[in-house]
Amino acid sequence: MGTISVKGKNIEVDEDGFLANLDDWNMDVANYFAEVEGIAMTDQHWEVVNFLRDYYKQYQIAPMIKILVKEIGKKLGPDKGNTKYLYELYPGGPAKQACKIAGLPKPTGCV
Amino acid sequence: MSKLPKPAELAKVSYQLPKTGWMDTPVEFKPGMFCHGSKPKSLELVGFPNPREWRPADADWKLPENWKEIIIEGIADRLKKYRSFRLFMDICVRCGACADKCHFFIGTGDPRNMPVLRAELIRSVYRKEFTTAGKILGKMAGGRELTLDVLKEWWYYFYQCTECRRCSVFCPYGIDQAEITIIGRELLNLLGLNIEWIAGPVSNCYMKGNHLGLEPHTIVGNLEYMLDDIETVTGKRIKPTFNRKGAEILFVTPSGDLFADPGTYTAMGYLMLFEELGLDYTWSTYASEGGNFGFFTSNEMGKRLNSKIYAEAKRLGVKWILGGECGHMWRVLSQYMDTWNGPADFLEVPKSPITGTVFENAKSMKMVHVAEFTADLIKNNKLKLDPSRNDHLKVTWHDSCNVARGMGMLEEPRYVLKSVVNNFVEMPEDTIREKTFCCGSGTGLNASENMELRMKGGFPRANAVKYVHEHHGVNMLGNVCAIDRASLKALMEYWVPGVGVCGLHELVANAMIMTGEKERTTDLRGEPLPSVAAKEEKA
Repeated sequence: MGTISVKGKNIEVDEDGFLANLDDWNMDVANYFAEVEGIAMTDQHWEVVNFLRDYYKQYQIAPMIKILVKEIGKKLGPDKGNTKYLYELYPGGPAKQACKIAGLPKPTGCV
Repeated sequence: MSKLPKPAELAKVSYQLPKTGWMDTPVEFKPGMFCHGSKPKSLELVGFPNPREWRPADADWKLPENWKEIIIEGIADRLKKYRSFRLFMDICVRCGACADKCHFFIGTGDPRNMPVLRAELIRSVYRKEFTTAGKILGKMAGGRELTLDVLKEWWYYFYQCTECRRCSVFCPYGIDQAEITIIGRELLNLLGLNIEWIAGPVSNCYMKGNHLGLEPHTIVGNLEYMLDDIETVTGKRIKPTFNRKGAEILFVTPSGDLFADPGTYTAMGYLMLFEELGLDYTWSTYASEGGNFGFFTSNEMGKRLNSKIYAEAKRLGVKWILGGECGHMWRVLSQYMDTWNGPADFLEVPKSPITGTVFENAKSMKMVHVAEFTADLIKNNKLKLDPSRNDHLKVTWHDSCNVARGMGMLEEPRYVLKSVVNNFVEMPEDTIREKTFCCGSGTGLNASENMELRMKGGFPRANAVKYVHEHHGVNMLGNVCAIDRASLKALMEYWVPGVGVCGLHELVANAMIMTGEKERTTDLRGEPLPSVAAKEEKA
C-alpha cells in the first residue's frame, strides 16, 4: 500500500499503483494516473475509461477484452472495434493502463 | 514494479555455488522474484489468521508474539495427521538425483531451489525440534533453530515451487516435494503469510463461487458475447442453460475460461461441442470454478472451496459431472474430492449418453475430464472432423503437470489432438509426459509482480518449445490447463515469439463440422481459414 497526492488530497493505492478504493476516483485522479502513464487523454480515451467504469458498476469486475473491443466499436465506429485500436490508445495494454486510469482493480486468478 | 531483464540476460544462469554453507548464506529478497503479500480483507473473509497490512520486503512482518510456538505446534499436528509428511521428513538420503530436475533451479541456479534443499528448509527445523539426535547435536545432526530469518526463507522459497512434482519422478524414494511445499505453505498460512494472488482468488471463490469473482449475470453476459462470436463463425445461435434442475450433466470449468483469452476460445469450443452433441447439460453460476486456489493455502481451505461442486450437483439433481480443461483442478478432484466431500452416492457412475461408454475410472468421484469424454466420442466416430481447418497451425503439446504427471492422463489429449490437426510435433522426450516441464507459474504464482521468477521458472519449458519452433516450424502450444493458457502466453511472448497458446477444445471446435453450419471462413479467433487464405492469395 502507498499513497498518492492529487490536488492536495492523499489517496491510497496498492503495490502496483492501482487505486485502493474505487470511490476515491474522480477526473483529477484519472488525469493524474494518465500523466504517470504518459497518456494524453482525448475524447476517445475518455470513452474507454467511462465504459470501463460503467461496466464495473454493473458487473464488479473489468470487462473481458472481447467485450471492451465490441462495445467500443459500437460507440466509436466499427473501424475502432479492434484490439489494435485499443493498444494505440493505451500502449501499455487496455486491461492494465486503461483500468488503472479508470480506477478499477486488476482481475486475479487464471488470467 | 521491477523491470524485467531482456531474455539474453535472463538466459545467463550461473550454477556456481556460494562459498558458505546454505545455513550460513543469507537470503536476499529480489524484486521480481516474489509476490505481493496477502491483503487483510482477503484473509478476514475466510477467517485466516493474522489479517493485516504487510509487505514481504519489510523487516517487520507483524507476526503474533508466539509465532514460533504456532509453527512448531503446526508441524507437530501435521506429523501426526500425515504419515507422508513424517516419512518425507525422515527418509531423504540427499543423493541429489532431484537437484537439477527442478525448473526453478534450472532457471535460477539458486541452490535453495534444488528440491532436496527446499525440503531441507523444513527438515532442518524438524530435526532440531522433533528428533533426539537433532535436539542434542543441533547443527551436527543437520538441525537448526527456527528463527525469523528461517521463516522468511521458507516464505521466499515455498512460493518459488509450483508443486509440479517433476523432482519426485526422479527420486529413488519417491519423495513428493509437492507435499512438502503444501505443508510449508500451510504452516505459513497459520501466521497470515500468504500471497495476494492466491488469497484474493480464494476469498473471491468463497464469496462468489469463482476465483475471478464473476457474478451470475457476468458469467451469463460473458458467455453471450462468446455465443455472438460462435454465430459469426458458424451461423448457429447456441442457447446454453444455467442452473437448470434435472439436467443430466453438470459442467464445471475454471473461471479463467470465462474471462481471459485464449481460455475464452476453449470455452467457445465446449459450447459448440455440447451443442453439436445435443448434450443434456447445464452450466452453474454457483459451482462456477473448477480450479481451487484454496488447495495452495491449506487442506481445509481446499476442502471448503471444493464442497460446492457436489452440493450443486445434488441441488440440481444431475446424474454426473463433466469437467473442463484445467490442471490442478484435476489433482484436487481425482485425489481429494471424494474423501473431502464425498461419497457422492447421489450421483451415477458417469456414462456418455452419446457412446454409452461407462467411465469406470470415475466410478467413485463421478466426474469426467472433457478430454477423456471427447477422446471417447472420436474413438466411436461420433464427430465429423475436418482437421485441415487447423492447417495453418503446427501444434506441439504441453503436458500440464497435474493432469499428466499427477493423474497419468497422457494419451487422451494426444489422441484428440491427432484427430483434429494434421500437424502435430512432440517436444524432446525429457520435457514431455511424466517428465513434462512446468509452465513456471502454477500454484497461484501467475501474478505480474513476480514476472522475472515466472520467466526463469518457465525457461526449460520455453526452451523445448523453442526447439520445435526452430526445427519444425511449430507455431501453437496446446494444453489442457487454465493457468497454462494464461501464463504460457506471456512465456511465449518473452522467450519464443511467434508461438501462440490454445486449449484442446478450441482446436476440436475449429475442426468439428456442425450440423447446418454455414461455410466457415475463419477459425474461432476470426483468423481466415487456410483454404480461404489460399484463395485470397490466388486472387
